[in-house]
Amino acid sequence: MDRRKSIQTIILGAGAGATGLALHGCKTETTGDVDENIAKGAEHYFGRTPEELEDIARLNAEKLFSDHDMETITALSLVILPPKEPNGGPVEAEVPEFIEFMAKDEPGYQPVLIGGLMWLDHKSNTEFGTEFKSATLEQKKQICDEICYHDIEKPISEQPLEIQFFKMMRSLTLTGYYTSKVGIADLGYKGNQPNVWDGVPQDILDQHGVSYDPEWIAKCVDQSKRGDIAEWDDEGNLLT
Amino acid sequence: MQIKESSEVYDVIIVGSGAGGGMATKQLADAGFNVAVVEAGPFFDPADPETMTQLKWAYESPRRGKATKFRNFGAYDMAYGGFSVEGEPYTVEKGTEFRWFRSRMLGGRTNHWGRISLRFGPMDFKHKDVDGLGENWPISYDDVKPYYDKVDKLIGVFGTNEGLPNDPDGFFLPPPKPRLHELFYINGAKKSGVPVIPGRLSMLTKKINNDRGVCFYCGQCSRSCSVYADFSAGSCLIFPAQKSGGKVKLFVNCMVREVTTDSEGKATGVSYISKDDRKEYKLRGKVVVLAASACSSARILLNSKSKQHPNGLGNSSDVVGKYLHDSTGASRAGFVPDLMNRKVSYNEDGVGGMHVYSPWWGDNSKLDFPRGYHIEVGGGMGNPNYGFAMNPNDFNQFFGLKVGGYGDSLRDDVKKYYGSVVGMAGRGESIARKENYCEIDPTTVDEFGIPVLKFNYKHSEYEIKQAKHMQDTFEEIIHNMGGQPIGDKPGAERDYGLHPPGDIIHEVGTTRMGDDPRTSVTNKFNQLHDVDNVFIVDAGPFTSQADKNCTWTILALSWRASDYIIEQLKQQNI
Repeated sequence: MDRRKSIQTIILGAGAGATGLALHGCKTETTGDVDENIAKGAEHYFGRTPEELEDIARLNAEKLFSDHDMETITALSLVILPPKEPNGGPVEAEVPEFIEFMAKDEPGYQPVLIGGLMWLDHKSNTEFGTEFKSATLEQKKQICDEICYHDIEKPISEQPLEIQFFKMMRSLTLTGYYTSKVGIADLGYKGNQPNVWDGVPQDILDQHGVSYDPEWIAKCVDQSKRGDIAEWDDEGNLLT
Repeated sequence: MQIKESSEVYDVIIVGSGAGGGMATKQLADAGFNVAVVEAGPFFDPADPETMTQLKWAYESPRRGKATKFRNFGAYDMAYGGFSVEGEPYTVEKGTEFRWFRSRMLGGRTNHWGRISLRFGPMDFKHKDVDGLGENWPISYDDVKPYYDKVDKLIGVFGTNEGLPNDPDGFFLPPPKPRLHELFYINGAKKSGVPVIPGRLSMLTKKINNDRGVCFYCGQCSRSCSVYADFSAGSCLIFPAQKSGGKVKLFVNCMVREVTTDSEGKATGVSYISKDDRKEYKLRGKVVVLAASACSSARILLNSKSKQHPNGLGNSSDVVGKYLHDSTGASRAGFVPDLMNRKVSYNEDGVGGMHVYSPWWGDNSKLDFPRGYHIEVGGGMGNPNYGFAMNPNDFNQFFGLKVGGYGDSLRDDVKKYYGSVVGMAGRGESIARKENYCEIDPTTVDEFGIPVLKFNYKHSEYEIKQAKHMQDTFEEIIHNMGGQPIGDKPGAERDYGLHPPGDIIHEVGTTRMGDDPRTSVTNKFNQLHDVDNVFIVDAGPFTSQADKNCTWTILALSWRASDYIIEQLKQQNI
């Protein structure tokens, strides 16, 4: 549907039509229809407005980092978070591409990232006579060891550029990895899918030394009756 | 160019399609009236797969879900807009502060809101009687109770009847069981004498009718539910009104400029700018219902100047825009070591909000500030989005370990600390003051040529002291949970972390109701004192905010005003 329809094309009834789509699903099992809807939507969109799609296309068309920069970003991200079976690492999580996109989206990141990449090669050339990306793993680690701890008592913006750079690269690498498909698998997060919440499992309660108050639980939803239409008496007591 | 005028005369023109406009649409269309709904943003249906963000993964977005200028609350949040809307500026008086959140779409901010659905209590309508501050409402809880009851049953809200004096019982769906971090909160709060009860939110934990689905616990109500299991004004009010055969005409992408009036000063309709062709149009109606949000409706009234209404429509009192007030807000989070090393064997997304909360418990006669606040609780093993794991081992500092580093151990750090934070946010009542207001800024117009609002708002000592109490309470509860507060405690130099006005997005009071036309804008039926065929059904008519969120009261009062409009139209009084 063209969401930018104007007054000239009044969408009388369009809402009712669209409602029908969802109503259809509610007749049967809720979750089955959700999956169907998601699958249909996910194929082509991630829910963007035309303005947002334009903005993303504009950023994708820009080039900020050279091939060499991208190789250096990749090399550093692999030191920060080495790949591990079975859930890969920064490359499988498309971390370098994500970092480039974010740097384009947030121009404020650029001085630190671009400056840091230059620092990295200068340091590696000075110490080892080779660019960072071509250095051995031991050499790379030697460089990182010097810059991977920041002063937690001081604002990061007041610390040396290379320290700021490493922290930014670690943040982007970690968030890039753990928001990727492989990273979420590594984390083990079980949500973002249709579910019926019925409380914390007993083994988890035991592990953390807490328990449910039976009086509280008695007031909570009986999930076996979630499909029964709610009815109350005049006092507000739920009957169904 | 001549302004294009519609030939059709609508019974009612409703400006805005959020909670207030949606409810008026439903009631007036169900009563058989011919209704036009004018909305400044595009059409939106949460079930449309093209716009849907529910159940999307961070990696489907190149920003991994990070907020943008298009969506201030994250790439998947279902509010088109935010604290700034391109082409639609507002200004703020020097030395004062206000942040104005707008969502331009059918359903407005109801598509993303927190769904915390609290009735105001008996004291909230008559709080001046208790502490002498602000103003009493011209109505009481008993006037609104029947409408709260009907809203509960029509829309659905979970919660429990607790018999509390100022947090009334209702017709609740059963609440979901607490999550793990919420059990820690319950224990921690109780040690401090802070009561905790099941949350009250408008998601369907149980079927309410055959048109809406039941919650499937993805925790993403801020993305607007595709099976209509949460309250959004489009899916729960406007579409059902259309479906049952109501005469509802939607005018989307239409930015209302002013209410038009005749030579006697009565409203004849509205004029608006179509965002698509940037031309001005006029709609004619017998009754105009403003529901554009407290500040937008005030702006429309102030911009509706005529010979009969030289100070703006409904503004003979000079009170339009005055008494603007937002909820107070402050927050703090704690790291709880007993929540470390969690098993990820289960899905605890739950509903999109808190399963438990603390209603106000204090006795103000023993405190150095008036009015109260409630505490909202957050935490858990959430859906990773941009920002997640950025500081993978910051909590090492609590164990005297180094923060930072690199390598495989970072994976262990992320998992070790996943879900170990509990956050608390206080949302309280500020006192409505005439000195806090919005007005027209004659020097600035939006991209449609409409003069914009200028805000003048300062917190008082009351709000600041309340925030201090919040911070002390949060810190105590964090310690009671065996936790460590994260970051420095905000002190006096930062107003104890009190959010700037507007930030909590509960702005109310700009067209307050009262019995005296000299000191109020609307009467107790949300009708302008000055013009009997204009009504305001957003939060503008709130005489005072409570320590509650405003939406449930907007819905109840909009329904009540709609009943009055129906009666008046039938009796041909307006």
